Amino acid sequence: MSDYAIVTKALTKRFGHFTATDAITFEVAKGEIFGFLGANGAGKTTAMRMLCGLLTPTSGEAIIAGYNIYTQTEQVKKRIGYMSQKFSLYEDLTVKENIRFYGGIYGLNYRQIKSKTAELLQKLQLEREARQLVSSLPLGWKQKLAFSIAVIHDPSIVFLDEPTGGVDPITRRQFWDLIYEAADSGVTVFVTTHYMDEAEYCDRISIMVDGKIKALDTPGRLKAQFGADSMNEVFLQLARAKSS
Amino acid sequence: MRQFLVFVRKECYHIFRDRRTLLILFGMPVILIVLFGFAITNEIHHSPIAVLDEAQDTYSRRLTERITSNGYFDLYQNLHSVREIEPLFKKGAVRMVIVIPPDFGSDFYHQRKAAVQLLTDASDPNNATTLVNYANAIILQYQQEITGHPALPLTIHTEVRMVYNPSLKSVFLFVPGVMTLILMLVSAMMTSITITREKELGTMEILLVSPLRPLLIVAGKVVPYIVLSFIIALIILLMGFWIFSMPVKGSLLLLFMECALFGLAALSLGVLISSVANSQQTAMMMSMMGLLLPTMLLSGFIFPLESMPLPLQLLANIIPAKWFNIILKDVMLKGAGLEQVWLPTLILGGMTLFFLLLSIRNFKTRLS
Repeated sequence: MSDYAIVTKALTKRFGHFTATDAITFEVAKGEIFGFLGANGAGKTTAMRMLCGLLTPTSGEAIIAGYNIYTQTEQVKKRIGYMSQKFSLYEDLTVKENIRFYGGIYGLNYRQIKSKTAELLQKLQLEREARQLVSSLPLGWKQKLAFSIAVIHDPSIVFLDEPTGGVDPITRRQFWDLIYEAADSGVTVFVTTHYMDEAEYCDRISIMVDGKIKALDTPGRLKAQFGADSMNEVFLQLARAKSS
Repeated sequence: MRQFLVFVRKECYHIFRDRRTLLILFGMPVILIVLFGFAITNEIHHSPIAVLDEAQDTYSRRLTERITSNGYFDLYQNLHSVREIEPLFKKGAVRMVIVIPPDFGSDFYHQRKAAVQLLTDASDPNNATTLVNYANAIILQYQQEITGHPALPLTIHTEVRMVYNPSLKSVFLFVPGVMTLILMLVSAMMTSITITREKELGTMEILLVSPLRPLLIVAGKVVPYIVLSFIIALIILLMGFWIFSMPVKGSLLLLFMECALFGLAALSLGVLISSVANSQQTAMMMSMMGLLLPTMLLSGFIFPLESMPLPLQLLANIIPAKWFNIILKDVMLKGAGLEQVWLPTLILGGMTLFFLLLSIRNFKTRLS
């Protein structure tokens, strides 16, 4: 087994004549926070869905946590966590019931769920809200809860699809504290975003334009390479190159 | 197995926390049964009529008395001229007018033959026919009483006996109908909505990423609704029994097995719809148009299939509700056993299997 959590080789997905992701090749090291950037429609979500097993690739290879996404789907699924763009908790269930449900479907037993629930509620300081319906929580809290639930089964990789859409910068910062904490404990984080300040928090980032990866490096080196002061500028340069 | 139980439990929370769903689930059958049982009925009670008695003799008065004294017809007005008839109908005040000609009594006595005219408001043809039949029956009976022997010159005496439903209660027709409709509604519409809701909310993605098998997801969604439709079928049966004293002559076990079979067919249709529809609204419209309407119109529950044009009769054959309705009626009213209803059961079973396989196949393909 390699030291990589994710390895892809010329991973491609076509919808009819439209190529959503065009032969993307990259590796993500274990424990790394890998940012996956791109404009809307650049193919980020499609790529992520292939890695999660939601979509079958048209061609190419991908190894997730040492397992092949074509032939070892079951093993892959047990080792990944996923938080989608759309808010992914059940609003008509309480905080506790949501934790119990997701813990349950990942095969945790009663005792594990109980201890995880206590740990999680304490970490998020949600003890008093444990019996409230999720719909009554503010968006930022819901997202933190959704993230904690996505890693409840201690996956080796967690996929986050624009996890911080629509929340204020402070909550976003708190959310990233959770991500760092997870990464410190060895979880590989694969995150898509279009907030450039978030891009700076990542260990390495890739920028997708029109289904292809146009740049892949640490934020610092990318800025140096493009002679830019911020990730925002790097991103704009790449996007402009596309339109000219 | 534990994963499955966790899933079913979650589904129960959804059902019991949504007041609207609960109202549809339990309010609908009660309302429909009461509505069909009491309000929408083919029977005649106290229909207002008018009588134009130009004879004014003993025979004519006794005839009028007979017609208006048995609860079917109420005398709204005694008329004195033919001209009064039309305005009454236009006003909608009466459903039928009986005209007795001037020489009714003497004709009857001397020639043993007399005429009575029945005028009905045929803007509602079904109702008009029924009214005339009822009135005819009363007049015939009256005639027999006076002459002492059956209608002359007819010498054939017909004795009618309505088998299986002697008092012609229309509720006996509606209870199986409503059961069909509700099972379709709960099983197909509710499952299609609950699955598309997960798609809409984005939680379906999470479920598909999780190690849960797709089949388990479908089963987890569907099982609570199977239980619910059983409870509802039971409520309908009990209501039919207590409120309308509708008997179940056949075996209850067979009845429930058939309900389960039909429920399963409806559920797989629901899953099938949810694999096509992407929003709850679409799912609802599709089940309304594609399932509920045909169930209502082409199952023979409200409109008799025999009187439909051939293409519609043929179309009705592919509707599971038609077969289920036949089974229900045979088992509940005639006390039929499996040896009598094996053919519709077989057809229904075949359809169920077909829909089930199709829905499972379609659900899986959404993963890729």
